[in-house]
Amino acid sequence: MSGTGFGASVPRVEDYRFITGQGRYTDDITLPGQAYAYVLRSSVAHGTLRRIDTSAASSAPGVIGVFTAADLQADQIGNLPCAWHTTNVDGSARFDPPHPVLAGERVRHVGEPIALIVAETLMQARDAAELIECDIDDLPAVATIERAIAPEAPCLWQQAPGNVAFHWRSGDLDATERGFAKAAHIARLDLINNRLVCNPMEPRTATGAFDGGKAEFTLYLSTQTPHIERLLLAKATLRAPESKLRVVSPDVGGGFGTKAQHYPETVLVLWAARRLGRPVHWAADRSEGFVSDRQARDHVTHVELALDAEGKFLALRVDTAANLGAYFSTFGPLICTFLYSSVLCGNYAIPVGCCDVRGIWTNTVPTDAYRGAGRPEAIFVIERIVDQAARDLGIDRAELRRRNLIRSDQLPWKTPFGFEYEPSDYPALLARALELGDYAGFEARRAQSKAQGLLRGIGISCYLEAGGEGPSALYLASGGGVGMFEGATVRVNPSGSVVVLTGTHSHGQGHETTFAQLVCERLGVPIEQVDIVHGDTGRVQYGIGTLGSRSLALGGSAIAMAIDKIIAKGKRIAARVLEASETDVEFQSGRFSIRGTDRGLAFQEVAFLAHAPAAWPCNEIEPGLEEKAFFDPPNFVFPAGAHICEVEIDPETGKTRFTAYAVVDDFGAILNPMIVDGQVHGGLAQGIGQALLEQCVYDPDTAQLLSGSFMDYTMPRADDLPSFTTDYINFPSPNNVLGVKGCGEAGTIASPPAVIGAVLDALAPLGVTDIAMPATPHAVWQAIRAAAQKGLAVPM
Amino acid sequence: MYPFEYLKPADLQSAVKSASASGENKFIAGGMTLLPTLKLRLARPDRLIDLSRITELTGIRVEANRVEIGAMTRHADVARSAELRRALPALAALAGGIGDPLVRNRGTIGGSIANNDPAADYPSALLALAGIVITNQREIAADDFFTGMFSTALKSSEVITQLRFDIPKRAAYAKYPNPASRYAMVGVFVADTATGIRVAVTGAGPCVFRVALFEAALAKRFTPDALEGLSIPADNLNNDLHGSAEYRASLVSVMAKRAVAAALGG
Ligand SMILES: Cc1cc2nc3c(=O)[nH]c(=O)nc-3n(C[C@H](O)[C@H](O)[C@H](O)COP(=O)(O)OP(=O)(O)OC[C@H]3O[C@@H](n4cnc5c(N)ncnc54)[C@H](O)[C@@H]3O)c2cc1C
Repeated sequence: MSGTGFGASVPRVEDYRFITGQGRYTDDITLPGQAYAYVLRSSVAHGTLRRIDTSAASSAPGVIGVFTAADLQADQIGNLPCAWHTTNVDGSARFDPPHPVLAGERVRHVGEPIALIVAETLMQARDAAELIECDIDDLPAVATIERAIAPEAPCLWQQAPGNVAFHWRSGDLDATERGFAKAAHIARLDLINNRLVCNPMEPRTATGAFDGGKAEFTLYLSTQTPHIERLLLAKATLRAPESKLRVVSPDVGGGFGTKAQHYPETVLVLWAARRLGRPVHWAADRSEGFVSDRQARDHVTHVELALDAEGKFLALRVDTAANLGAYFSTFGPLICTFLYSSVLCGNYAIPVGCCDVRGIWTNTVPTDAYRGAGRPEAIFVIERIVDQAARDLGIDRAELRRRNLIRSDQLPWKTPFGFEYEPSDYPALLARALELGDYAGFEARRAQSKAQGLLRGIGISCYLEAGGEGPSALYLASGGGVGMFEGATVRVNPSGSVVVLTGTHSHGQGHETTFAQLVCERLGVPIEQVDIVHGDTGRVQYGIGTLGSRSLALGGSAIAMAIDKIIAKGKRIAARVLEASETDVEFQSGRFSIRGTDRGLAFQEVAFLAHAPAAWPCNEIEPGLEEKAFFDPPNFVFPAGAHICEVEIDPETGKTRFTAYAVVDDFGAILNPMIVDGQVHGGLAQGIGQALLEQCVYDPDTAQLLSGSFMDYTMPRADDLPSFTTDYINFPSPNNVLGVKGCGEAGTIASPPAVIGAVLDALAPLGVTDIAMPATPHAVWQAIRAAAQKGLAVPM
Repeated sequence: MYPFEYLKPADLQSAVKSASASGENKFIAGGMTLLPTLKLRLARPDRLIDLSRITELTGIRVEANRVEIGAMTRHADVARSAELRRALPALAALAGGIGDPLVRNRGTIGGSIANNDPAADYPSALLALAGIVITNQREIAADDFFTGMFSTALKSSEVITQLRFDIPKRAAYAKYPNPASRYAMVGVFVADTATGIRVAVTGAGPCVFRVALFEAALAKRFTPDALEGLSIPADNLNNDLHGSAEYRASLVSVMAKRAVAAALGG
């Protein structure tokens, strides 16, 4: 479709500024008199902070101030809050450990902030940091779940014996046990979901300023959620009223979930700015990001699936330990409980289930959201156990899925974990993906590879996502600390240009284009006359921000609702001016006209008249043309689809190469197909990264981070990825105004099990039955060798 | 980065003179290794002597049976030199496989050889081709040059000026990249030279090394099959996040065969 409306692949209007180097990121903003901050971080994973001597640092050249926990305490700076509550299965309350902005008595992970040094230059701040003397008595440390739950393991929090932070359960244990009692077969699997570092291209950056005369704070921050930042600063940490706090999030170079948290540095730059009377700037370098950005995933799971004699799923039992790191991060416990359980049954008609999650403390960076947030972990569990069941029973993997997929006539379907899926057609999505990936013709290709000494495999995954976070009522009832609606203001200027103020935020998603398309479509205004404003609490009404594939479903809906109000008011004005009855005025293609006549007014004319109110008394119609709307959805959106991944493995090196990758998605209504494709591709890159490349590794004995740079942490590169074949079968969502379902996380959620399924299929003839992510060449080579040594090869 | 004095001499003599001044002096070539080290505050030289203005250190000269490459020649220039691609294509191809375009536009052959990173590509070429390191003071044979992990026979103010290679009958380099850094996890350079078959391995051990076992087998028959069943012990090989010593030992055999096949034009 051409044009600039709904369904057009409009090139991204923001790209001109990004490509020509005119993007404006937090680091590009230099305030007059700005000073530079450096954060001294713990180099040990666990220890008692005996003494910290800052005297030499304080008198070093250029140093303006050196601060520790004691200074924050004196100013009554609060601890970092956790915005998600969980109740233990026995009804008891969990222990929420204090999470200080700067460590006071104890350090609990490498990278934990200990002191803030502010100087005239960054170099001087770093030099001074080297003069700080820290006496830390080492304590034994744990980094992995396995070690943390072992008897005699060092304990992070006395109030959480055995390092168990909470034990959360969803589902019905008794009913699940009854399901298992009826089973003809039980498939079982132990899985590890590898820990990841998000690594957005732009590191975290913050600049704080304080206007002493008005006692007003301004924060420039690379964040996905400016209003949530302001809320948490006001309520929990800085404790200044929101009316005195402005949070500006300018261009942001990628967030992926890891820029939605309330971080220590955010509080520090604002507090230091007030304390010193100077703007204070801080930017993480890449090494710092590795030890301080919230990390993700890191689950150990035992899963069991009960099947009857026909291969129908009867019940699902999941027992997961989730590595929380050393503290509760802002949304940490949400990811591994509520969101994890949202799609744990996948696209399958599983009548009963029970999911237990234990949150585990370790001496590692706290974990939180990363693209997909809980749902990649869930889809990995369900898809892997389905593959396992198929292998156990000798049923084709596609066939077993077909037997158990929820049919479209069964939707909406309520899962045992309380989520209600919306209309789609899962069997059709799978069928199309199998066709696109030529599943039927696979064995011939396998034989071709075999003739060249290579191993070919094909993998399937069905997925769905609970996106569009989220319904406030469900969130607040389940442990959430904030509402999850979204807001928009649409302002029409006198000459007809339009400004949209949205509470969502764009850090790569292209909202300046897609949201503008909504306006073009509905108001008939040219795209050059539409401006999208986000990321400034001083300009934009309250909103939540961008995460959880929610921006268009919620933010877009709010914009559409505000536009409807604009049109309604425009009709009233047009009726007055044209001396017609309001009900006779219609709005179409940018024109208000009297039905059945050629009399009418262009949108621009009405915009002007709204600001030049002569034709009516202002007590009847207010002047101006600006409307506000808030949208809170009745339910999540559930984008869904299927991936078919085909790989070829070189058994000599263990290297996996993609030969094909087919994706079919149901994203509901599609606003900009090009941007949607891009979101799918980017999501796939990150999911493939998790499956084959990325691994955050801590030394098991010292809890030192071993994969602390790109020399050791493998980010996906273009040549690691195949060309993707994408297709769509869309069923509009009934859960928002636009019928959209959200597409930002889908690729990341569905790809890991498809890739691992393909790798395991390729290795099956050699007798390999399991491999952990990431399936690096080394891991594949080892798996092949181990199977060969055990003589497991099966003739095929 | 800590502060340092920065010099950019126009000729070799003044560079060497500055390098012998008191304090810790470092030559800087492409800076692709040195700069990250400085930025991470892992080194604290008093003086950096930039070699990039010294024109005599740059350029590729191809003669009938030998090749000379100036120490300051960038990887990208080695990779795209038409003459070199005819005379010693294995070396040009190796250079084209180093890092990424940005690194290749800055990094130099002299810097790479002087640095002797255990996972760098060039050292394997120098050793397999029995190349000569020419410095401002002397000529050093490859077999005597690489003395251990990140260490070489260079003295403190000695500058590499050129690298000299006799053109082999045939040669090829097969690299298996580390998935994260893309340096060599294992790289094997095989050369059929006037003085015999030479096989040099980088990435696998603490320092580039030759494999006598493979050389002997290939001397009898220069085909991949000649290496069938041959392997080196894993004992002293690198073992890290990316691969065990056993994996590297296995890759040495695999990559050696692939290098031979490539040298044969396959
Ligand atoms: C992202 C990245 C990826 C890379 N990937 C690879 C790869 O795949 N394979 C690979 O082989 N390398 C790789 N490198 C290394 C790069 O190719 C350079 O070869 C290497 O950094 C050294 O060359 P340089 O010219 O940059 O030397 P510099 O960094 O300037 O210097 C390195 C050392 O050599 C000394 N030195 C430099 N020139 C001379 C001289 N003429 N005489 C005496 N001493 C000298 C310096 O004093 C210093 O100690 C990579 C580097 C980066 C940053």
